[in-house]
Amino acid sequence: MTATLEKVPAQPAGTFATPGRRRRSRTGLPLRAPSGLSLGLVVLWLSLLVLLPLAAVVGKAFGSGWHGFWSAITNSVTADALKLSIGLALAAALVNALLGTLVAWVLVRDRPRGGGAFELVIDIPFALPTIVAGVVMLALYGSNGVGPTLFGTWLGLFITLLFVTLPFTVRTVQPVLLDLDKDAEQAAASLGARPATVFRRIVLPQIVPAVASGATLSFARALGEYGSLVLISSNLPHHNLIVSSLIYGKLQDTSSHATQQAAAIATVLLVVSALVLVALDLLQRRIARRG
Amino acid sequence: MGIEVRGIAKRFGDFVALDDVDLRVQSGALTALLGPSGGGKSTLLRIVAGLEKPDAGSVEIDGQDATRLAPRHRDVGFVFQHYAAFTHLSVFRNVAFGLEIRKRPKDEIRRRVYELLELVHLEQFADRLPAELSGGQRQRMALARALAVEPKVLLLDEPFGALDAKVRKELRDWLRRLHDEVHVTTVFVTHDQEEALEVSDEIVVINNGRIEQVGSPDDLYDKPGNQFVMSFLGPVTTLSGRLVRPHDIEVFTVPADDAVRAQVNRLQRVGFEVRAEMVTGTDAATTVQLTRGQSEALNLTEGVAVWLRPVPNSTGLTV
Repeated sequence: MTATLEKVPAQPAGTFATPGRRRRSRTGLPLRAPSGLSLGLVVLWLSLLVLLPLAAVVGKAFGSGWHGFWSAITNSVTADALKLSIGLALAAALVNALLGTLVAWVLVRDRPRGGGAFELVIDIPFALPTIVAGVVMLALYGSNGVGPTLFGTWLGLFITLLFVTLPFTVRTVQPVLLDLDKDAEQAAASLGARPATVFRRIVLPQIVPAVASGATLSFARALGEYGSLVLISSNLPHHNLIVSSLIYGKLQDTSSHATQQAAAIATVLLVVSALVLVALDLLQRRIARRG
Repeated sequence: MGIEVRGIAKRFGDFVALDDVDLRVQSGALTALLGPSGGGKSTLLRIVAGLEKPDAGSVEIDGQDATRLAPRHRDVGFVFQHYAAFTHLSVFRNVAFGLEIRKRPKDEIRRRVYELLELVHLEQFADRLPAELSGGQRQRMALARALAVEPKVLLLDEPFGALDAKVRKELRDWLRRLHDEVHVTTVFVTHDQEEALEVSDEIVVINNGRIEQVGSPDDLYDKPGNQFVMSFLGPVTTLSGRLVRPHDIEVFTVPADDAVRAQVNRLQRVGFEVRAEMVTGTDAATTVQLTRGQSEALNLTEGVAVWLRPVPNSTGLTV
């Protein structure tokens, strides 16, 4: 049967006309004394804690000019280490975004028997000191380990990174999934959406900010990971030397420009982290808006 | 045409939500499923929509067996108590959702969505997010969204349950008028007997997983099949061992045929009406509802003796 649509008379409840889109505008009120004080405190705190150290590193990196900076990061050993670390961190972030979301989904929606045990297992990498994680990996994948020998291989490094970053996406996505309105998914289904469409258009846009923030955390952690990797890697330049290990090595080095070179490499990591942060945020906004 | 369910049963663990329910819903009618919470009415509605699987029985929608169909293949519009808005999408995109799924041309979607937004008086809110609407507006958006796909049946689960009393009443009148315009077979769940009596063409009273009675609002009010239906649809009191309506009792100040003697225990005035609590020999207490004028004409005061009898041909059930 077809529904004929005509305007129903009489105005229903709660219609107050404010046409068009509204934009949040600044109120323009001056700050009151207490809020001015607390704002000042926050700025001071952030400056001392974050901005000052960052500025110091960047300053040090350019201590012998642009040329010194450029040669420090473009020499083949550094470039290879940077490529390896950034590549591994990106891959770990990607895998975590997918599998971490899946783990969170299963825990929230399927409520498996022994879910409590799962929760505990997921948190273990958080609780372990990283050097212990390194020993664990060595016991499994080392040359005398019980598992296949992955000592010094990219795969070994990658698995170790996945181990230490496992909880990030799970723990950011889980609470958002718990909060989702299941009625909305059922409404979409009754409007004709197949399950995959419901996920893509209703669930995904709502969880993608959490997935992105989990992936960002994973990436940052993986990029700077040292303790757990230094044991499973043989720290061979061009082969399996990761960038955090390289920075450590530079600092042990007594040659004249070593500290400046370490700061230059650190600055690159800083910029890459910031770029990934911005890129994931943009991506996340895009998906959340699309629906 | 319409909806036909046969032998529907549903348990949640040990709890029997529905027990062998048969029901025919007429095509084009506005039907209320009325009953106390936990009685099974929402479960029945969700089974018709395919959102819940029955343990036994069959569902037919518009002459087609739908028992095993997924919700998306049932051509059903569903409106939830708590709106189930797509919070990340604008009002326009919410209403357009079902049409986008059906891959209708862009300009057709646009035309149809604005037609519906006009129908539910939300045309100036098209670009808002659901969070920027009031509860009543959100529910009207949900209704437009459900109607957009031209469903064979429209199902509403306590649609006004989350709204305050005033908005609730307005939306109720508005739903009735909307139905008179759109004529889509509509079933709504409510626990509010006033809502059911006021809005629907037919009422199905459900309690403890069973259908107690089906009929027009007047039928159910005037000829209730049992005590549950009688007491659920309106106020009741007992007089001489019979269940009667408090407004169906005649009061005399002198003895009359078949009238029982009683004493006025308490008088309470509520606006234009007066509620009198009477004590007879046989009943615990009989409540009588009078107009203020009646009460004054009889000169009722607490403690006086009166004689009571049911209004001739009024509704009554032996307790």
